[in-house]
This record gives sequence, structure tokens and C-alpha cells, in this order.
Amino acid sequence: MTALPPGDALLLAVILFSTGLAGILIRRNLLFMLMSIDIMLNAAALVFIAAGAKWHDATGQVMFLMILALAATETAAGLAIILRLHARGRPSLDADTGNLLRG
Amino acid sequence: MTELLLPLTVLAPLAAAVILFLSAGRLPARQAGPLATAAVGLSAIISTLLAVIVLSAPPSAPIRITLWNWMTLPGFPAEIAFALDPLSLLMILIVTIVGFLIHLYAIRYMQNDPDTARFFGSMTLFVAAMLVLVLSSDLLCLFIGWEGVGLCSWLLIGFWYTDPANTAAARKAFLITRTGDAALLCGLLLLATRTGTLRIDTLLQAVTSGQIPPAPLTAVALLLLTGALAKSAQIPFQSWLPDAMAGPTPTSALIHAATMVTAGIYLIARLHVLFAATPAVMTLMAVIGTLTLLMAACNALVQTDLKRILAWSTVSQLGYMFLALGTGIWQAALFHLMTHAFFKALLFLTAGAIIERVRHERNIFHMGGLLRATPGLAAAFLTGAAALAGLPLITAGFYSKELILSSVWQATFPVGGGLALSGHVLWSLALAGAFLTTLYIFRCFFIVFSGPPQTEISGTTPRLMTIPLACLSLLSLLGGIVEMPDTLAPVHLFTRMLDPSHPLPHTSDPAWLLLAGALTPIAGLALAWTLWGSANPVIREAPVPTPGAHRVLTARTVESRWRPGIVPDALFLRPLRILNRIGRYDLPDRLSDSISRALCRASTLAAQTRTSLIAHLSSRTLRITREGSLLLGRMQNGRVRWYAAWIATGLCATLAAAMLA
Amino acid sequence: MTPLPALVLLPVLGGAIAWLADRSRTRPEQPPPVAWLITLITLILETALLLAETFRQSPDPGPWLDHFSRPWIPPLGIDVRLDMDGLSLSLLWLTLILSLPCVLLATRQIRTRPGLFHFLFLATISGVTGTFLATDLFLFFFFWELMLVPMFVLILIWGHEDRHRAAMKFFLFTQGSGLLLLLSILGLAITHFRETGFLTFNYFTLAATPLSPALSMVLMLGFFIPFAVKLPVIPVHVWLPDAHTQAPTAASVLLAGILLKTGGYGMIRFNIMLFPEAAAHFAPVALSLGVAGILYGAWMSCQQNDIKRLIAYSSISHLGFVLTGIFSGSQAGMQGAIIQMLAHGLSTGALFLIAGSLQDRMHTRDMTRIGGLWATMPRLSGAGVFFAVASLGMPGLGNFAGEFLVLFATWRVSPPLAILAATGLVLAAIYALKLVNGIFLAPAAPAPSPTKDVPTPQIAILGSLMIFLVILGLYPRPFIAASAPSPPSVVTGKGEPNHAHP
Repeated sequence: MTALPPGDALLLAVILFSTGLAGILIRRNLLFMLMSIDIMLNAAALVFIAAGAKWHDATGQVMFLMILALAATETAAGLAIILRLHARGRPSLDADTGNLLRG
Repeated sequence: MTELLLPLTVLAPLAAAVILFLSAGRLPARQAGPLATAAVGLSAIISTLLAVIVLSAPPSAPIRITLWNWMTLPGFPAEIAFALDPLSLLMILIVTIVGFLIHLYAIRYMQNDPDTARFFGSMTLFVAAMLVLVLSSDLLCLFIGWEGVGLCSWLLIGFWYTDPANTAAARKAFLITRTGDAALLCGLLLLATRTGTLRIDTLLQAVTSGQIPPAPLTAVALLLLTGALAKSAQIPFQSWLPDAMAGPTPTSALIHAATMVTAGIYLIARLHVLFAATPAVMTLMAVIGTLTLLMAACNALVQTDLKRILAWSTVSQLGYMFLALGTGIWQAALFHLMTHAFFKALLFLTAGAIIERVRHERNIFHMGGLLRATPGLAAAFLTGAAALAGLPLITAGFYSKELILSSVWQATFPVGGGLALSGHVLWSLALAGAFLTTLYIFRCFFIVFSGPPQTEISGTTPRLMTIPLACLSLLSLLGGIVEMPDTLAPVHLFTRMLDPSHPLPHTSDPAWLLLAGALTPIAGLALAWTLWGSANPVIREAPVPTPGAHRVLTARTVESRWRPGIVPDALFLRPLRILNRIGRYDLPDRLSDSISRALCRASTLAAQTRTSLIAHLSSRTLRITREGSLLLGRMQNGRVRWYAAWIATGLCATLAAAMLA
Repeated sequence: MTPLPALVLLPVLGGAIAWLADRSRTRPEQPPPVAWLITLITLILETALLLAETFRQSPDPGPWLDHFSRPWIPPLGIDVRLDMDGLSLSLLWLTLILSLPCVLLATRQIRTRPGLFHFLFLATISGVTGTFLATDLFLFFFFWELMLVPMFVLILIWGHEDRHRAAMKFFLFTQGSGLLLLLSILGLAITHFRETGFLTFNYFTLAATPLSPALSMVLMLGFFIPFAVKLPVIPVHVWLPDAHTQAPTAASVLLAGILLKTGGYGMIRFNIMLFPEAAAHFAPVALSLGVAGILYGAWMSCQQNDIKRLIAYSSISHLGFVLTGIFSGSQAGMQGAIIQMLAHGLSTGALFLIAGSLQDRMHTRDMTRIGGLWATMPRLSGAGVFFAVASLGMPGLGNFAGEFLVLFATWRVSPPLAILAATGLVLAAIYALKLVNGIFLAPAAPAPSPTKDVPTPQIAILGSLMIFLVILGLYPRPFIAASAPSPPSVVTGKGEPNHAHP
């Protein structure tokens, strides 16, 4: 099995990140936004893996694990917010309906 | 044996007091009195036993018992220790026996009071404190008793606390005596730092061996004298004692006869060696005593309240004792203290019985004609009055007063600078005092007992109250035969017992001196009879300012001149009142408050200035800012996706700038 | 194994349990006193511990009774270091003897959030215990602040009508001066570091720091001022009357009985022991301040109509004697100050308990509205009279023993000051008698008198305090012998020195 060349891995990561960013900007559904964020995080994690493979350093994998945990907590927090909105009596998944922070 | 008995003397009344206070009203009122009386009676029996033991086989040295070591400091031991020598033996006999008779009387007197436990608790504590005072062989231990009697006097004078006047009188007594106590404490501190001990025998040895230089010694003597004067209500501290009449009558009897006021006399007699080394202080003491005895006699002459007359007479008699102490004949002072304890207790208890019979009327001008209704009380009062006046031969007061007068005649009082005050001057003043004494006490007697009845008399005096009166009458008459002038009979039991090594010189008394002392009371009695007693008395009506020859002797005019107690009032109470007025606020507290308020105001001011300044400065830029902020504010639309877009744009821009640069 | 750390930790742990137990109650309306019970058990355990500690064989023959030491923050030379000498031991006993009646008499009435109240109460006791034991200066400062915060909250939440102001005043004064304490501690440690090259906060090591006279004086003042605020010394006593008056009963007792003693303890332990020469130079000022406090406190006390305020000002007067004794420079004065601290804790603590129970029953502290209590509550009134008489310095009771020793020591230094201080005794009579003749032995007053006396157990508790005072007054020798402070230079045995590393 040959190693993925770093340049290819970076390209893949950029594509993934752009997909995620576009997802966030385009989709109004909160669930899809969360998924997009996860995609972006995974893109960043991929860069760490690639860099770790290149320099034969385990730190990259450690950072991947950390990002994994971070993604999990972030998803949990996001889902909790959605559930909370439901409980508050605003069963909406539309991100644009919540704009109380408007300046 | 004596080692065991001595602490028991104190312990019996103390235990009774603790039991009575702890019972807190749960003990039936009928049991409180007998319990207290039994305790004091036990104490009296033990004292008598001790007297028998000591007098039958006089020990070579005073019996001394160290109970425990109170505080030990480097070079300064203070012990709880008792000592029994003739002086303290005499004192415990007086305190316990007179105290017992007063307690016995009080059982019936206080029968109907709802709070007898507190009353008898305080009374027995009073006796216990006084016993500690006279038995202590250490001055610091003595101070426990000294303050203790002050405390108990406060409790008892203010016993009927529902009247604010009573508690005010109680506080006055305590404060004035405590002023003296503070002086006494300072004297003790000075002694302790100079000699390194407060044990009385060691201390007196240090004084006789000249260990203390004269200047500090005089200071010590003055401080101790101040304490004694305050306790014994002498000028300038005299005003608390007449006010102390606010308490129940047995209390007054106890304060005046057995405990409290005699403490000052005892202290000076106990330390007479120390005072003998400071002649100037002795002179001061004698002069103060003389002035007090005259002043108090004059005050007694114009009172209308039966108990106040007796109170002023106590002050006056204490003046005699201070005169004797100042002359250096402390044995005579104690002799007078003893006889005075008998007849003053008798007078007070009789007065209490009389006042109870006439429905708590205390003004003598509202009584009158009591002789027929209460012959027994009249006899008791007459006995007491005769002893107080010192009617010759038949009364105890005659012998004790005579001893003082004859010694004063012979003495000289050094003033300092080689000058000396002749004893003749003080003798004549004291003799005048004796005349006034007879005059005021028989004025009181005649107004109360002769003439037409003025008030309704009710009830009878119970047996339990008359027994103490009878005992005290007997003592007032016969108590003086233990010591007689040489001219009559060479009996010197009393002075021999007190101080076997230094008997008083009696030899050179001229006979006319004795005669003068004997005739003065008789003259006073005659004048009193003419003025108030005879079938057509010169003065009969209550003292209102009336024109005429006897105007001097009416109450208002004289009292307005003498104003008893005006000096201490001006000395103590007025400065306190002024301080009170100043001290209503805690100054540092006010200061910190005003500082914080000022800071607050300053910060408000600063804030206001800043606001207005900025308003001025920015009025021009304000509009631009507002427009800009509105523009920027439009970006803050609260939509997450827009924010994400902005972040992404910003990131791209930063990256682009970094790469291009 | 030494029980010292357990002594410090037990109260705060017990408090935490009490708090949790109270939170888990199902029905908050009818409080079964869970928190109260747990607090009581904690204090009883603490007493048992202290008993064990008292009668335990001392590990070394020196005057220090016990040691405990573990590293805490090694790079900075900070240890968890606790040592006990006679002074700490006697003050710990005072703490327990006072906090037990507090819990038994006062804290049970707390209705609002009893769990939190008991937690804060016990946390304060932990702080005080730690303050009395800590011999690492950093740790000392930690405990010093620890006892302040819970007390602040206690006053703020459960205090009387003007509690916010009082709590803020208390906090500002003590916290502000605490900063000075921290600065001085750091100054001392840094000086030691410069001189010897290793950083430590160890009391015994720092005691040997060579200091120039000027620096020594500055550091001594830096230590003196926070302790003076706590003691309190005029003119920084301002927080005290308000805090004592507004605090709930239990907190008043803690404040007056124990917290003020930490000031006196600090002066003995740090000012006198660490900077003896500077303290001797400073003594005339301190003595004058002490005598001024005696007179001023007594004088202010005579003016008050609020019972608790009167007692609070009388505290200032009594603690003036403590200050005077500490700085009199002789052993007698030091002993007198310690005896006075113990006696004042007992008598004033008991007076606050009585004032508190009066306020519970009559809902006022105004002496003009209370009166004639002897007729309806003879037992409580009797106790009140006893403690008032004790606080006026009656010979035979604890306060007099302390005051006499202090006066004796002061007389050697300066007779005029001693005479002035003795005048304070006359003023003490005025306020004490005013208190008694104002409410107990007084004519009946407008506020309706309670019809029932306090129950027997309460009187028994007050009675035991009375017995302590009488013993302290008539036989103070064992206390004098046992409570002597130990100088830092004589520490020996296994507790000492563990700073082998450079």
C-alpha cells in the first residue's frame, strides 16, 4: 500500500473544507449545518494526519483524536440546542429564524 | 482544726448564695430566708468557735492558710490565702454575728416579697465577700472581697428595680465606690512593682525596713486612702451612702453596720504600719474625718426622712473612725466600729419596723406619738439613740467615742515643713460633732415618738423581728465594757486583745476631759428636749422655710446651703454627662462614613464631568459614528450563516494578504 | 500520624456534607434539622480529635506540641505546614467551646437555606483553625482569607436590617488590610531569597532572616495593620460595631469570640516573634493605641442603646487590654493578654448569645423598649447579669485575671498609661450596669415581654460557660502555663527543617 502523497491529501482536504463551508453558507437547515461543520473539522483532521505521515510523527494522530472528540462535543452541543428550541416551543430547524443577537 | 474551720466561715454563706442564685425563683420564698440565715448563723458559730480556740490559747503567730496559688508571675506570687489574727477575728465576729441578726430579722421583713431568693442570695454573698475581705492575707485576694461587696451593694440597693430611682441610686453607689477601687488597684500595682509581693505581712516588713522610698510610699498611701474614703463614704465621696437608702431596710443595716462601709476602716487599720510611715497622709485622714463628721452631722440635723437621718449619722460616725485612724489609734477606730455596728444595726432595724407599722411612711414629721402604740420599738430606738449619742456610762458608744476623743486631745498632727496641727483643734471640733450627734438623733426620737399621733398605726411587730432587736439592744448597752478609761476602771481587754504588744497610753488623761466627753451628750439631749421634746416644743412643724430664730435648723434653707453630695455630683456625674453628650457618635466611624460619602460624591462628579466633556467633544464626531455604526450594524443581522460567511471571507482575505505580501 | 490536618479539614468537609444533605431534602417547608445535626456531629468529632490531640504524647520534648508538613507548591517553597504550641491549642479550645453553644443555641432557628448557612459557619471555623495552626506564611494567608469570605456571606444573607452596609464595611476593611499582609509576607520571603538564595515561606526559616532595622520596621507594620484591623485597634475599629450588630447571632458570637482573637494571635505569633526589636521600638505607639482603645471603646459603649452595639463597643475596650498586654514587652503582659482573650471570648460570646435569644423572642435590640426581664425570665436574666459583671472586670472572674496581669505589666513600663487603663475599669462599670439596669433589672418597657423563660438545656450551656469563666478567674495558673506561645527558634524534632533542598 503506497502512501497518499501529501499534496493529494491537502487537495482532498481543501475540497472537503470548501464543501463544508459551502454547506454552512447555503443550507438553512441546522442539521445540515452541523454536518457541514463536521466535514470541515474532518478536513482539518485530514491535514494533521497527512502531516503526521509525512514527518513520521505521532502528534498528528493525537491531534486527530482530539479533533474527533471536539467534533463529538460540538455535535452534541448543537443537537442539544436544537432539542432545547423544540422544548421552548419553537420547533424549527431554520437557522435564520433565530436572530436575537442582531445588533 | 482552725485550718479547717477558717475556710468554712466563708464557704457557708458562699454556698448558700450559690444555691439561692441557682434556684432562680424555684425555691419557695419561705425557704430562702431560713436557708440564708442558717448559713450565716453557721458562719457565726464557727467564728465564735475560732474565737474561743484562739483566745484560750493565743498562738505565737497569726494562723495562715494558703488555699491555692492564684497567679504566679516572675517575682510576684499572688495567693488565695486567709490569715487569722486578732484584727480579722474581731471583724469576722462582728460581720457574722451582726449579719446573722440582720438575716434573722429579714426573714419576716421580706416575707411578702416575690423575689426573696435574689434578696437573700445577694445578702449572703455580701457577707461572704466581706469575710473574704477581712480574712485575706494577700491584698489582691482582699481586692476580690473589696469589689465583691461593691457588687452586692449594687444588687441590693437596686433590689426593687421597678423604680428607676432605685437602680440609679445603686449605680451611683457602685460607680463612686469603683472610682475608689480603681485608685486602690493603682496603689496595689505600685506596691506590687515596688516590693514584688502583695502578701500583707511581707509587705509591711518591706515598709518598716524602708524598702520603699518616701515619695512612692506617700503615693501608695494616698491611693489606698482614696479607695478607703470612697468605700466608707467620706468627703468627697459621701453622696452615695444617703442615696443607698433606696434598698430594703435590712440591706441598709448590713451596709451600714457590718459590711461595706467598714471595709475602708478595716483596710487602713490592717495597713496601719504603712500609714504610720506617712505622717502627712495621716493628718489628711484625720482632717477629712473631722470635716466629714461635722458636715454629715449638720446634714442629719435637717433631714426629714428617717432613714436618711440614720444614713448621714453613719457617715458622721465613720468620720470619727477616720479621725481615730488619722491619729494613729487604730484600735480605738475598731472599738468604735464594733459598738457602731451594734447600735447602727439596731437603729436601722428598729426604723424598718417602725416604717412598716406606719404604712411605709418615712417622713418623721408625718409620724409622732408612737411611744404609746409601740413601746417596745421606742425602747429599742431609745437604746440605739443613746448609744449613738454616747450617753455616759450606760451605753457602749460612750466608751468608744471617749477613747477616740481623749487620744485626739493628746495627739499632734504634722502638716509638713515643721508645722503641726494641734490635737486640741480637732478635739474641739469632734466634741462639737458629738453635741450635734445627740441633737439630731434625739430630734428624730422626739419627733417620731412624742407629741400627738399623726398617722394610723397598724399591725404588730412579729417575734422573729423583735428578737434581733433585743439582742442588739443588749450589745449596744453592754458592748463597751470591754474597754474603759483608766479614770473609771482599768479595763483594757479590747486593745490588749487586738495588739498585745502596743497597749494604748491611758495614763495621762485628765479627768475633766472625760467629764467634757460625758457632759456634751447630756447637754445635747437637754437642748433636743427643749426644742422638740417637751410638752410645748419649740419646733413641731415640718421644716418649711419659716421666719424666726430656729430658721437655721429647718431643712430647706440648710439643705440648699449644704446641698449634700453636690461636690461628687459635680466631680463625677457632670463630666460624665458632658462626655456623654460629646460621645454620642463614634468619631472615626463618622469620619470613615463622611470620607466614603465624599468619595462617592467625587466619583459621581467625575462621572458627570466626563460625560459632559465627551458629549461636547464628540458632538461633531457623533453623527459620523452613528452613521457608520448603523452601516456596520446592518451586518449584525443575527443570522449564523452570514456570520460564517464573513468569517470565511475574512479568512480568505487574511490568507490572500499574507500570501501576496 | 498527627491529627492536625484532620482538625483543619474536618469542619469544612462536614459543612459540605451538611449542605448536600440539606439540598437533597424533599420537602423544604418543614425543615428537619439535617444540616444542624450534621454540623453538631462534626463539631463533636472535632472536639474528640482535639481531645486526642491534647492528651497525646508530644513527639518531641520542646514547647511545640505537634508538627505536620507536606510540600504544596515546591517550586515556590510553599508547604502545607501546620504546627501547634500551647497558644494555638488554647485558642482552638476556645473556638470549640464557643462554636458548640453557637450551634446548640443559635443556628437551629435559621429557616432560609440552612444548609448553606451551616456550610459557611463550618467553613469559617475551618479557616480559623487553619489560621491558628498554619506556620507556612502563604498557607496562613490562605486561611486568613478563607475565614473572611464565609463570614462576609453570613452577614450579607442572614444579617439584620442594615446588613449590606455592614457586610461591605467588614469586607473592605479586612480585605484591604489583608492585601497589606500578603505584601509583607512576599516582602519577607523575597528578602530571605535575596539573602540566602532559596525561596521559602516557612515561618521558622524566615524567623532567622537578617533584616535591616528600617526594613524590619516596615514589614512589622505591614503585619501589624491587618492584625490591628482584625483585633480591632482604634482608629481602624470602624467595621466592628456594624458587623457585630448586623450579623446573625451565631456569626456575632464567632466574630467576637474567635475571629477577633486571630488578630491578637497574629500579633503574638508574627509581630512579636518575627520582629522583636521592631516591635519593641513600636511598643510605645501600640501601648498608647491600646489604652486609647480601652477608654474609647468603654466610652462609646456607654452611649449605646442597642444591646448588640453596646457589647460590640465593650469588645473594643477589652481588646485594648489585649493589645496593651502584647506590646508591654514582658511575660506577664503576654500571659495577661492571652487570658484576656480567652475570658473575653467566653464572656462576650455568651452576652451575644443572650442578646440573640432576646432578639429572637422580642424582635428588637433597643434597650429603651426592653425591660423588666427578671420578672419573666429570671434564669436568662441571671446569666445576663453574671456575664455583664464578668465583663466589668469583677475579681474572681476571668476578665479580671487578664486585666490585672496586663495592668501589672503596663505599670512597669509606664504608670500613667496604667492609671488611664485602670480608669477604663470605671467606665466598664458604667456600661455593664447600664446593660443590666437597662433590660434585666429594669422597669417593664413597651416591648411585650416573653412569658416563658429559656429552656433548661440552654441555661445549662450558659452555665458551663460561667463555670469556665470562674475557673479562669480563680485558678488561671494552668491556663497561663499551658497557653504560653513558643518562640520560633526552639523548634526541634522530626517536624523540623525539611528544607534540605537548596
